[in-house]
Amino acid sequence: MAKRIDISGLNAYYGSFRAIEDISMAIEPRSVTAFIGPSGCGKSTFLRTLNRMHEVTPGGRVEGKVMLDDENLYGAGIDPVSVRREVGMVFQRPNPFPTMSVYDNVAAGLRLNGNYKKSELSDIVEKSLKGANLWNEVKDRLNKPGSGLSGGQQQRLCIARAIAVEPKVLLMDEPCSALDPISTLAIEDLIGELKERFTIVIVTHNMQQAARVSDRTAFFNLSAVGQPGKLIEIDDTERIFSNPSVQATEDYISGRFG
Amino acid sequence: MSQITDAPRRSSLQGATLPKWTPWAIAAGSVALGLGISAAAGLDSKIQWGLMAAVFFVIASYGVAARVEGPRQAKDRVATSLVWVAFLLAVVPLVSLIWVTVKRGVKVLDGYFLTHSMGLITDTEPGGGIYHAILGTLEQVAIATVISVPIGVLTAIYLVEYGRGRLAKAVTFFVDVMTGIPSIVAGLFVLSFWIIILDMGYSGFAGSMALTILMLPVIVRSTEEMLKLVPNELREASLALGVPKWRTIMKVVLPTSIGGITTGVMLAIARITGETAPVLLLVWGSSFINTNPFEDPQASLPMYIYLQYANSGGSGAAYDRAWAAALTLIAFVMILNLAARGIARWKAPKTGR
Ligand SMILES: Nc1ncnc2c1ncn2[C@@H]1O[C@H](COP(=O)(O)OP(=O)(O)OP(=O)(O)O)[C@@H](O)[C@H]1O
Ligand SMILES: [Mg+2]
Repeated sequence: MAKRIDISGLNAYYGSFRAIEDISMAIEPRSVTAFIGPSGCGKSTFLRTLNRMHEVTPGGRVEGKVMLDDENLYGAGIDPVSVRREVGMVFQRPNPFPTMSVYDNVAAGLRLNGNYKKSELSDIVEKSLKGANLWNEVKDRLNKPGSGLSGGQQQRLCIARAIAVEPKVLLMDEPCSALDPISTLAIEDLIGELKERFTIVIVTHNMQQAARVSDRTAFFNLSAVGQPGKLIEIDDTERIFSNPSVQATEDYISGRFG
Repeated sequence: MSQITDAPRRSSLQGATLPKWTPWAIAAGSVALGLGISAAAGLDSKIQWGLMAAVFFVIASYGVAARVEGPRQAKDRVATSLVWVAFLLAVVPLVSLIWVTVKRGVKVLDGYFLTHSMGLITDTEPGGGIYHAILGTLEQVAIATVISVPIGVLTAIYLVEYGRGRLAKAVTFFVDVMTGIPSIVAGLFVLSFWIIILDMGYSGFAGSMALTILMLPVIVRSTEEMLKLVPNELREASLALGVPKWRTIMKVVLPTSIGGITTGVMLAIARITGETAPVLLLVWGSSFINTNPFEDPQASLPMYIYLQYANSGGSGAAYDRAWAAALTLIAFVMILNLAARGIARWKAPKTGR
């Protein structure tokens, strides 16, 4: 189910501004890859190129190759809509659909895509909510509005919504940055479980979190404001946090930079 | 710990405050003073004592508050009282308009009046009713709404969700221009095009076309604003689930903003319901019931009011009918407004458990 991602020579632009430059890396299936780096170095931009969400931004443009197993996401004739069904995404701020109930939010992806069997829907919703560790908290209020949940519950609702469509890859952009330590822990545990089934990429500003949840860590940096961000190195998380091969990585991780 | 045994002292956060009823007392005093002065000076206009009372109220609020509470609170009170005075100035004409319309309108407004047409009753005789005018107004407004809502909403969707570059700029420009078209010009346009060039007759539908021209820009503008209020995150959330853009618009963007869009449509309807000029030019008017809006002249409420007033040579019966029709029109617009609020509240994105 999970798929491998191979990126080579990737550049992403906003209009004429190049936000990330010449990134190449491989992301292993059934593992968690963490992206770390200073603000503005293009982590979110890079993440969004992996499911063709970057081009939704006005002026957004991508060059390079992203291979999902053996298909180039930017190849000719590739439909971005199908790409996004394979590569799901969870955003920094929880964004449940305000007009929909908890149940409808989880069912949204399937319903809006129209490819589901009616009889299976409630099973899928239950399975996804259980998968997102939210079932026990919401099983009595499935028909209540999703925006009535707490921030942490909303974020797990968004995760349930994303995994309900059974993507191969799950991208998470700072999924815990608005959450308290307990909700954060719940989501980190969840990531640990989800990696059995999905390829997971997570952006985080929290070093401990990267160290706790990820198998591989990629460090991004930019030489100056207004310059494009670059991949400095990617390695096993243990190695990045104990003995990185680039000095800049060590400076960033230990809090010495500038 | 505390050694203080004195009578409770005022803390530094607590200041002298005027009792709650002070503004009311000052207002009553100002009104009394205004009435007194105008009685003494022999002025008989309500506006004069009203304005005097307003000025006294603002000055007295400042004076009293400055003496008791200090200068900062006094300024605060002046600002508050100015807001109240402005509010009253805005509300007084509105209330008096409704008051006069109700007072004069109820004279002949009854079931008979609402369910009968003028028929053969001449404008100077008593009797008759507005059934034909209500019917005409409802049909003309309904046709205009059916035409302009889909076009207007789709235009707004294009502008907000797809529009980039030249075409979108041009559309925005024309919508702006259309917003400024006087209703008589819209009427003349349809008159010269539909009735003079194409040689079609006067009909409710001709009036509906002019009303559409007036309604369309209002709907485009209000829908555009509502769509812009939908957070981009929701669109992205939907797109990231692999939902195509058009379904995202249909199932996520529109439901989120449907309350506001409906309100805008209702307000646009309320606005064109009272239009007189284009109806006068294109629908022509009739004293008989004409249920077919596509053929032959019809009546409509605003035109009925105008004709009763203009053609009756000062007959009291006609004036009474004009006021009753005006009251009906106002009631209709108010009901639409209330319905708009109701729908906006009912459809608003839900929060809470
Ligand atoms: N919509 C946009 N239009 C133009 N430039 C943008 C846009 N979004 C981001 N950028 C620019 O692209 C660069 C990378 O931004 P990005 O959001 O990817 O950084 P980030 O690493 O995710 O930062 P953070 O850690 O603060 O989230 C920044 O210089 C930013 O100013
Ligand atoms: Mg970011």
